[in-house]
Amino acid sequence: MYDVIVIGGGHAGCEAAAASARLGAKTALVTHKFATIGEMSCNPAIGGLGKGHLVREVDALDGLMGRVADQAGIQFRLLNRSKGPAVRGPRAQADRKLYRLAMQRAISEQENLTVIEAAALGLIIVDGWIVGISTEDGQEIKCRSVVLTTGTFLNGLIHLGEKQIPAGRVGEPPSHGFSQQMRDMGLTLGRLKTGTPARLDGKTIDWSSLDEQRGDNPPVPFSFLTDRITTPQISCYITETTARTHKIIADNISRSPLYSGQISGVGPRYCPSIEDKIHRFADKSKHQIFLEPEGLDDDTVYPNGISTSLPEDVQEQFIRSIPGLEAVRIIRPGYAIEYDHVDPQELDDSLQVKLQPGFFLAGQINGTTGYEEAAAQGLIAGLNAARFVAGEKPVHFDRAEGYLGVMVDDLVTRGVSEPYRMFTSRAEYRLLMRADNADQRLTDKGIAIGLVGQNRQNVHRHRMDDIARARALATGLSLTSAAAAKAGLKVNQDGQRRTVHQLLSMPEVGFEQLTAIWPELASIPDYAKEALEADTLYAGYADRQKDEIAHFRADDALPIPTDIDYLALPGLSMELRQKLTRAKPTTVGQATRVDGMTPAALACVLSALRKSRAA
Amino acid sequence: MVFECFGASPPKPRQAALRTLRDKAGLVIDQALCLWFPGPSTVTGEDMVELHLHGSPAIVELVLRVLSQLEGFALAEAGEFTRRAYLHNKMDLVQVEGLSDLLSSDSEPQRRLAMRQFLGESSSVFVAWRSRLLVALALCEAAIDFSDEADVAEKAWRQSLPVVETLLIELQAALAQAERVAAVRRGVSIVIAGPPNVGKSSLLNRLADRDAAIVSPVAGTTRDVIEAAVKLSGVHVILADTAGLRRNTDDAIEREGMTRTEQRLREADLVLWVEDANALASINGVDRIYDVKIANKSDLIGEQESIRLRNDGWTLISARSGDGIAALLQRVSDLVLQRSTVGENDVVVRERHRVAVQSAVDHLQSALTRSEDTLEFAAEDMRKAAQCLAGVTGRIDVEDILGKIFQDFCIGK
Repeated sequence: MYDVIVIGGGHAGCEAAAASARLGAKTALVTHKFATIGEMSCNPAIGGLGKGHLVREVDALDGLMGRVADQAGIQFRLLNRSKGPAVRGPRAQADRKLYRLAMQRAISEQENLTVIEAAALGLIIVDGWIVGISTEDGQEIKCRSVVLTTGTFLNGLIHLGEKQIPAGRVGEPPSHGFSQQMRDMGLTLGRLKTGTPARLDGKTIDWSSLDEQRGDNPPVPFSFLTDRITTPQISCYITETTARTHKIIADNISRSPLYSGQISGVGPRYCPSIEDKIHRFADKSKHQIFLEPEGLDDDTVYPNGISTSLPEDVQEQFIRSIPGLEAVRIIRPGYAIEYDHVDPQELDDSLQVKLQPGFFLAGQINGTTGYEEAAAQGLIAGLNAARFVAGEKPVHFDRAEGYLGVMVDDLVTRGVSEPYRMFTSRAEYRLLMRADNADQRLTDKGIAIGLVGQNRQNVHRHRMDDIARARALATGLSLTSAAAAKAGLKVNQDGQRRTVHQLLSMPEVGFEQLTAIWPELASIPDYAKEALEADTLYAGYADRQKDEIAHFRADDALPIPTDIDYLALPGLSMELRQKLTRAKPTTVGQATRVDGMTPAALACVLSALRKSRAA
Repeated sequence: MVFECFGASPPKPRQAALRTLRDKAGLVIDQALCLWFPGPSTVTGEDMVELHLHGSPAIVELVLRVLSQLEGFALAEAGEFTRRAYLHNKMDLVQVEGLSDLLSSDSEPQRRLAMRQFLGESSSVFVAWRSRLLVALALCEAAIDFSDEADVAEKAWRQSLPVVETLLIELQAALAQAERVAAVRRGVSIVIAGPPNVGKSSLLNRLADRDAAIVSPVAGTTRDVIEAAVKLSGVHVILADTAGLRRNTDDAIEREGMTRTEQRLREADLVLWVEDANALASINGVDRIYDVKIANKSDLIGEQESIRLRNDGWTLISARSGDGIAALLQRVSDLVLQRSTVGENDVVVRERHRVAVQSAVDHLQSALTRSEDTLEFAAEDMRKAAQCLAGVTGRIDVEDILGKIFQDFCIGK
């Protein structure tokens, strides 16, 4: 008898299982094979813009992804380094094997967590309550709550040219039972598509002719617990498609299942296949390709930028038309995969299925794409599954607390029309929700709900003390304009005293000059200095965004009864009535974010609310 | 449903038909021309029925009695149909304002201005501004979120700058016209000003063709501002006669009158500056801003002096005899007409619009001070500016910024 069973050992499943176990729930992770836990099915990289924020937030809540990626990362780059801290995104190439092993170790070491190797078949529900799951080999495993993280396995269908192969990943069988069971529950399912490029043999690539892309030195780690990256670092290489590549693809485009009409699922616009790029952007003469090594002792290379579902012979032809790859050996062809997903509007903001208590969904099954998006959802679903079993109220994160809140709110109030990926532009409070302050935003909340282990609590307290001390110094230390001039700072000679905080807000003043004046500033650790610099940089905007957040939270605190009959509401367009019926917003704030909502329509909903209260 | 309760069959949609309306007992109430407009392609977006009755109180009362038995029956409140049209997205805020102005318009320029608003032509200017701004914002967001993409990189930000710059120029031009456009809406305000006792009140009475102002030979008779509404060439004009201005006075009331005069002069669309023709020999022109300078009491000066004054740009009149009034009226009418033409970009009509456009301008100016390295601030500024513009029409559709990015750039490694 388990409290929580997590089905699936990918990025969502691992975080869900670990989060549930951290809260003390007796948890089982059910997956086909222990050895594929933590597999990176697509590109060997973690983080990026928006995504890096999610990794930091998962880490701030004591999740696994950041720590594991720090052990496996072989090339770290802080994206947007020249821009402000709000839009910087940590990213790393990972050694696929090291990542898998580190994740498997983290799962094995987690207390309260058991891994069961089995193929889950369906939920066992008695009187409306989950009592266990059944497996393909005829077992029944008892539990009270289930987190389902099927990735691309639900009715997965691989397309490779004219060939179609039922599979969840190359060489692994798909899963069928759950789709039907969820349809029977009354859930709406949809079909999405994603793709992956061929894998190349690095020994057959002519590296000498290619541009090298080095990582940062020193590398910036993901986890707030990691002091230093110790894994050896490597470079990536850049090449690009040629006119001949484009001609080969254009000549064979009818053999791509994307264009033959064989694929019905919608693919992500920000991760188009190479045939899409050439078809839609016909005026571009070349497209960049990043050659990313998959590991330190692995010759497999991931050619980032040429995901495709063209037949194998065409893949070989066009790949060999690319500089550096003239004699390349293809280890495994690229392919497109279609899979079932559940309309995330079927979920509440704890990722629980509204129609089935105790049933949580996370990851690609909710229409998202990306390891980081999956991990963040896994953490939220796992923690709420454990709370469900303990009879505690669900915990949710709002749009002002973190990107994980933005993502869940987007999913449950707006649904998806293509695989959902995180971008910084999705976050309206972007200037306040930075990768560098994820711990300041979230770790205390994590501690309060029991999600954060002792080690991180200690590190966190230490960090927060340092930052508080730095802030106190910054507002406490000051000098006159004359003294500032004497120290070589160009300030107006107005006789005013200026604090460290005020001086830092001048573009040409940095910590180095100030440390020369006040030696005690030298004792501030780098992360606290960065926090101070961000404080001063965003000070003006921060106040304004805080006002907006107060407004937004007020709207989100106004509940809307879920039984309101939108179809009968006069004054709303039919389209909006249907959208509201689907989304069933639970607060006024959520209602404002339903697709197509206008102030006038909101007025309509509010007046209906008033009437229903009066009645 | 409406027709059933009168024991009649509904006419075909959007076709007039004659129907006999009866009450429950079968008594004939009236014979009426009836129309049925099924929603949503109606003014309010809802189903609508028109009954063209013989409008006697007895008939109306009987019809209302029958209708009141319908579920949800209510009499329309003031503005009911407009409100419903707004709620159904048939009209936006600017159109609602336009309708209100249209209903109260009493001159041709007012009607034209209001009609442009009512038809949604003004709204589409605001919408177009906003959608251009969103293109710039999308470019800016692309430079942030896809900075590692070869196709986007830094050029996106540079592409967004000219979009913002041109938009800013247009918004500022619209603001510059705001005063003039506001004058069309409320009527052109013409202020008659000058020293005391030069005959300003007599001129007002001449122009207004009635005794609006008390006229007396005592200097300083007009203590407060006196207004008269008139129409010049079909344009609504408010003429204001003001207390005469002179350097020194001990009279507190007169001083207050002069303060008010100064206030009116600042707000005036046209200023008619009046002097006494007899006194003009001793003064060297007018040190104030004016549109027409008028020398009154022309009947009291000689021929030679008249020629000198005309050559000096003075319009000679005699408010007492009426000499020169017709020519003056023509001159003022021309000026009024000039200021009442309504152009395509004359959309900043009300104070509400002006405040919104002004703060959009402020945000965009701030956005333009940003650099490559502080793009996140530029994006924030543009987002705010877009919100300001959206607030004018009251329609805040969620725009697919990401959609714009994917349309224009080949994203995806």
